[in-house]
Amino acid sequence: MAELTYGKAIGRAIAEEMRRDPDVFVMGENVGTTGNIFKVLEGLLAEFGEERVRDTPLAEEIIINAAVGSAMAGLRPVAEIMYVDFTTFGLDALLNQASKSWFNSAGRVNCPMVLRCPQGAGPGRGSHHTNSLEAWFAHVPGLKVVLPATPADAKGLMVSAIRDDNPVVFLEHKQLYFTKGEVPDGEYSIPLGKAEIKRPGKDLTIVCYSITVHTALKAAELLQKEGIEAEVLDLRCLMPLDREAVLASVAKTKRAMVLYEAPVHYGAGGEIVTLIQQELFRDLRAPVRRIGGLHTHIAYAPNLCAAAVPTAEQVVVAARDLVGYERKA
Amino acid sequence: MEDGKLLRQYEVMLRERYFVLEQCTQNSKGKIHGYLHCYTGEEAIAAGICADLNPKDSVFSTHRAEGHLVSMGARFDRMMAESFGRVDGYGKGLGGVMHMSVPEIGLVHSNGVVGGGIGLAVGAGLAHRYRKDGGVAVAFFGDGASSHGVLYEGMNLASIWKLPVIFVLENNGFAISSPATKMISIADVARRADGFSLPGIVVDGNDLVAVYEAASTAIRRARAGEGPTFLECKTYRTRGHNEGDPQWYYRTREDVKDWEQNRDPVKRCKALLISKGLLTEEKDKAMVDAIKKELAEAVAFADASPYPGEEYLEKYVWKEQ
Repeated sequence: MAELTYGKAIGRAIAEEMRRDPDVFVMGENVGTTGNIFKVLEGLLAEFGEERVRDTPLAEEIIINAAVGSAMAGLRPVAEIMYVDFTTFGLDALLNQASKSWFNSAGRVNCPMVLRCPQGAGPGRGSHHTNSLEAWFAHVPGLKVVLPATPADAKGLMVSAIRDDNPVVFLEHKQLYFTKGEVPDGEYSIPLGKAEIKRPGKDLTIVCYSITVHTALKAAELLQKEGIEAEVLDLRCLMPLDREAVLASVAKTKRAMVLYEAPVHYGAGGEIVTLIQQELFRDLRAPVRRIGGLHTHIAYAPNLCAAAVPTAEQVVVAARDLVGYERKA
Repeated sequence: MEDGKLLRQYEVMLRERYFVLEQCTQNSKGKIHGYLHCYTGEEAIAAGICADLNPKDSVFSTHRAEGHLVSMGARFDRMMAESFGRVDGYGKGLGGVMHMSVPEIGLVHSNGVVGGGIGLAVGAGLAHRYRKDGGVAVAFFGDGASSHGVLYEGMNLASIWKLPVIFVLENNGFAISSPATKMISIADVARRADGFSLPGIVVDGNDLVAVYEAASTAIRRARAGEGPTFLECKTYRTRGHNEGDPQWYYRTREDVKDWEQNRDPVKRCKALLISKGLLTEEKDKAMVDAIKKELAEAVAFADASPYPGEEYLEKYVWKEQ
């Protein structure tokens, strides 16, 4: 095991895949000479050269289009959009072309690409560098959506994303880039669509992904002092969704909340709450909760930026409500 | 253009023309229920551009795709079945008349989104360059699509990376009803290529030989690693934007008749071949008859093919791992 940052773990996964498969290459804004603005790809240009680590113009529409077209032609691009906010320029390529090529061609042309984007709230950036768009992508049939929370997961999921024969949107939380964690040595991968229990518990399940895994773990720590044992279930992918893991956990705890940073309405929460209520209604001891970001934009002022996203304290309060809920006949 | 190739590509034009006219017949019978955008009047472009392409190249077509498909060698029967929405079509009825992909002949993708294929072709050009396989990517698009930003981002990227891409503008004068003269700020869009440091060439899109010569140069240049070319082919579609287009509010019957009688690419090529002694009326009729026979078989094939079962709806959302 080695200790790596989340960002470096992603970079290492890409480098290992590039060594293994000559069809894997990287393109995006400032990915080469800068090694990406978060230094995720540092060292790749020196090792692989300009043909395989391609700095592009600041033109997101053609970055995504060229990635999709090169994937349709058989390469495995790992393209980067500097912030997920800028994917909007190239959404046609993603949701009309990449996601539909396998369908429209009835299995003749696939699109094995990874689109990497940092997303999520962060201080000092204001609203144009802080969107959380995972529910948009997960809503498009044909796209896979990955949101790792730890360095080890980020590496193993990136390996699977690159090897996947479908378009994968890989959403990295910018606040996690410099967090550290143990990463297994050698080659390993984590299958897409497999959740993981990050902390076991018997009283309630907190379904979460990306940065909110850490919020949930912090809350679980606080709840333990009150005698409440929360299970933290990290989805790791929104699509495919590990329905079995969600249902198995909640069948055990009989109480659940879904926790995510994106604006709460029409987000992943609605989907997962529906799944739990439909499948486990008779087992539930309390209504399933969802806790998301406020339905607003991320502000520049640091206090407002922090106030827009869920906190461990909010999770603790909601958990107490769930556990104390009295079900009347 | 050498004689044998000229005659072969004339036959390709006939195949384009008669396939599309047969689709129109089937459309009027209600068998093609989707939007049918006819390539009629533009056949010389596909026949000229595709003459020197091969199945290892990557062609990205448009909503007006049949000419490109036929020119790359797509089968009548499977295209007709796809137009009918049947399971034996190229896309098993999932893609339909605007979305045929036949990668084994080099036609990677056709597109229902105007301008949707331009950036994809740039990406395919990148793949050819990356693999150094000598392949060329071709983006077909119309004058309407030439106003899309992706074209200009794509020309820039193809130019700075010297990608083997040929941007083929089929300027037929109208974006549905909007005339290019009103929608585009320049008479020859090809001049915009100057701003991206790639050759921008205007050709008479109804002259097979002119299109072929320009394409041949562009393809040689691309294969040699010298980068992209922009070809603007001036043409005119002699049917509506799609079948059923009430077109007479934006153009006149006289204009259409003038193009059909005096500038039709098939007629012009036929006259050229006869003047060169390469074709006779009898030989021409024999070619047309053979095509019509093949079309009758294609219609029978499509008619006999069932609609896809409902299991196909979810079968091709993801490629199984």
